[in-house]
Amino acid sequence: MLNLLLSRLATAIPSILGVVIVTFMLTRLLPGDPAAYFAGLAASPQAIAEIRTKLGLDKSLPEQFVGYVGDLLHGNLGNSLSTGQPVVTEIATRLPASAELTLFALILAVAIAIPLGVLAAVKQGTWIDHTCRIVTTAGVSLPVFFTGLLFAYVFYYLLQWAPAPTGRLDVFLSPPTHITGFYLIDSALTGNLETFWGALRQLALPGISMAIFSLAPLARMTRGSMLAVLGSDFIRTARASGLSPRTVIFTYAFRNAVLPVITTLGMVFSFLLGANVLIETVFAWPGIGLYAVNALITSDYAPVQGFVLTMAVLYVALNLTIDFLYGLVDPRVRLDS
Amino acid sequence: MSAVPALAVEDLSVEFRTRSGVVKVLEHVGFSVDKGETVALVGESGSGKSVTAFAVMGILDAAGKVTSGRAMFGGADLLALNEHDLAEQRGRELSMIFQNPRTALNPIRRVGRQIADVLVRHGGATRNDAPRAAIEMLKKVRIPDPERRAEAYPFELSGGMCQRIMIAIALACRPALLIADEPTTGLDVTTQAVIMDLIGELAGEAGMATIFITHDLALAAEYCDRIVVMHAGHIVEAAPARELFAHPRHPYSAKLLAATPGETVSLADMASIPGGLPDLRRTDLPACRYSGRCERRLDECTQPLPQRTMGERHVVACWNPL
Amino acid sequence: MLPLLRHARYVLSENPVTGLAFGLFALFLIAALFGPVLAPYNPMQSNAAMALKPPSAAHWFGTDQLGRDIFSRVLVATRLDLTIAFASVILAFMLGALSGVAAGYFGGWTDRIVGRLADTIMAFPLFVLAMGIVAALGNEVINIVIATAIINFPLYARVARAEANVRRDAGFVEAARLSGNGEARVVLGHVLPNIMPIMMVQMSLTMGYAILNAAGLSFIGLGVRPPAAEWGIMVAEGANFIQSGEWWIALFPGATLMLAVFCFNLLGDGLRDIIDPRMRT
Repeated sequence: MLNLLLSRLATAIPSILGVVIVTFMLTRLLPGDPAAYFAGLAASPQAIAEIRTKLGLDKSLPEQFVGYVGDLLHGNLGNSLSTGQPVVTEIATRLPASAELTLFALILAVAIAIPLGVLAAVKQGTWIDHTCRIVTTAGVSLPVFFTGLLFAYVFYYLLQWAPAPTGRLDVFLSPPTHITGFYLIDSALTGNLETFWGALRQLALPGISMAIFSLAPLARMTRGSMLAVLGSDFIRTARASGLSPRTVIFTYAFRNAVLPVITTLGMVFSFLLGANVLIETVFAWPGIGLYAVNALITSDYAPVQGFVLTMAVLYVALNLTIDFLYGLVDPRVRLDS
Repeated sequence: MSAVPALAVEDLSVEFRTRSGVVKVLEHVGFSVDKGETVALVGESGSGKSVTAFAVMGILDAAGKVTSGRAMFGGADLLALNEHDLAEQRGRELSMIFQNPRTALNPIRRVGRQIADVLVRHGGATRNDAPRAAIEMLKKVRIPDPERRAEAYPFELSGGMCQRIMIAIALACRPALLIADEPTTGLDVTTQAVIMDLIGELAGEAGMATIFITHDLALAAEYCDRIVVMHAGHIVEAAPARELFAHPRHPYSAKLLAATPGETVSLADMASIPGGLPDLRRTDLPACRYSGRCERRLDECTQPLPQRTMGERHVVACWNPL
Repeated sequence: MLPLLRHARYVLSENPVTGLAFGLFALFLIAALFGPVLAPYNPMQSNAAMALKPPSAAHWFGTDQLGRDIFSRVLVATRLDLTIAFASVILAFMLGALSGVAAGYFGGWTDRIVGRLADTIMAFPLFVLAMGIVAALGNEVINIVIATAIINFPLYARVARAEANVRRDAGFVEAARLSGNGEARVVLGHVLPNIMPIMMVQMSLTMGYAILNAAGLSFIGLGVRPPAAEWGIMVAEGANFIQSGEWWIALFPGATLMLAVFCFNLLGDGLRDIIDPRMRT
């Protein structure tokens, strides 16, 4: 078990290194003078020179890289121009909002996609199979920002079932006491039902929009791998041994079929983290995606760079978790390492 | 030999629906296996041996459909049972061993658990006793160090070991009938003999009826009481093993024998059988599906096949037997 | 060629949806080529008197906040959206196929470098990386093309690598080598053409994703700038009016975008079935 963990951690090191190099390069790719860019549009030549020294842009590239890595190790991602705040703190305060939205969408997607895929495979050729096929093809074609807008129009403007698509909580409700930063969890822990309900209502539309977008690859993979497993020799053995259909489908087939689905989760997270930016823009969700988009509009570069780095590190960590999880489920991987 | 049939298959026909038409995989197949008897189903690949077994077990693919016939077993027709009742029988009263033991076991479940699953399902052991009972079964199929091996996954075991596990699963609930579908294909020769001896011994001990599916006539002759020869979904000849070897009556059986290396036949005499199996999708299949490859065909061969009794328990479906 | 056509007809008859996708594709192609000629109004012409009018006989898709005809704008935008997607797919193909084939054919260091590069790109959530690239390179349409090509690069490189690796020791490659061709000629003249069909499938499969990605970037204000007509930016402009009930501004460009992506995804699946039936899922 420890071996597995260590071997997976080792594979993440080159990824993290690559991510740091790429984000470093992104700042050096800036057309023109990065210092001028970081200083903002209205900066005086003196201010630009000051920034240049402060950012170490007058040094050689390797020296700059060492400085950049040093800053990262100290948790320094620079300051935002528009707010003057350190990017690290701003991202840290906004991260829970994004994480809650993304995880909510993921759980929703998994909860729909996996049963749908399993049913489509078990009842191949029936209406549920056709539904699955339509959902998977249509799902990947939906521009997530467009579905979000459509939902807002239908459920907020027309039907008035959903609250206004702005933010995590209605202005008349106060956020729950900060424990995890997840409004749903915090309000549930403090027993604040009104806030819980309010937060859930706000979360519903953006969460569903993202879930629809990401459930397609999951359902497709579940169906495909379930079909492959159901046709395999050991399922025939299980049936020939008279095991009950429930044991055959869940204990034997599903546990094997879920392995490739776990692998697909990596791609799903890539989708989700990208969609997160667009959905936060549509629903004025105060997460790190919206933070980055607002910074882009004002040409405030440090937050954008910090955002890209944060997302990449999160993504590497998620992939690591997925890999580890896979190893736990599959003895062939676990015992190999 | 007491002639109490454990399984009697009558008039079994199976079709497969495929994209390119309906394939008549089995037609009017009938044979029986007595208690304590070992019967071989022999034929080329594609002759319908495995399909016969799958149909009896009720584990045909979704595309396959039984269109006629009965399979009388323990007073009931297996083909008429619903899925639920049949599942009760499978693994308890009738069991099956497959080829490719490595892929026939669940790759991510400990082998001890896989044996225990069957025991628990059929009331052979309670959930608490099942691990112990599974280890007992491993001992019975002579797996060394059974306590440790019960915790192993199939990929950690050799092919021969996996086949012993398969046998343990199949025999866990002491079934009355065992079907072994090419149980030694893919194993090396020494392991083959060990596995065959093991099956024979355990089946003999329990007075089990055994159906042994193979394309290897020599192996069938060594381990079986009677041999049923199949060709393209028909049973062409059924006879006691000795008699079939001494006097094959169907031209196909004779060719099959000639193609089998044995003590009395030198490699130079080995003949391969000309032609291939007919396309079973054809709607105008001849009454005798071997007639296209047969050197002894007559004008009568277009008539419906006769069932000619050639001796005690020796039947041949041919107009012009040897 | 004839068996391929027959197979294509078989796939189309098996799967009429692919036929529908081909029809849609033709429509989009016409819109891209002749959009400016076909448009009933000048897509840039604002008209304060006609602002925010819902769909009518005169303005099929209604008008936007500046009174511009949305139908004309959606029609004209086709060219820009498809050009961005095509250009990025072609660029991704050129980068990915060349480096992937080299990696698969030569192995060793080439393989390791290309593999590491692909892995590094794949270590990012792809849309987020594209955002970072466009932000760094500058807010230009060409940079959307570059960013989209870069995030698609690993897919192409991996497929090309695997296919070239399989063919490295194939008879026809051996023959080309023995008849005195240099390594570069063998790779470019023999291995690369041989994997073209599979790369074509890959291109059609990523086309929908490229459109989606480009529209997403312009939706958050990267690359395409107003008043240019582009589907993503039009949805972004319409987003401001959703809460006051002016649905048509966002709906029509959004629905067209969706249809385009859907069309290319179906087309990709269909093409895959025709060219490479073994990849079918």
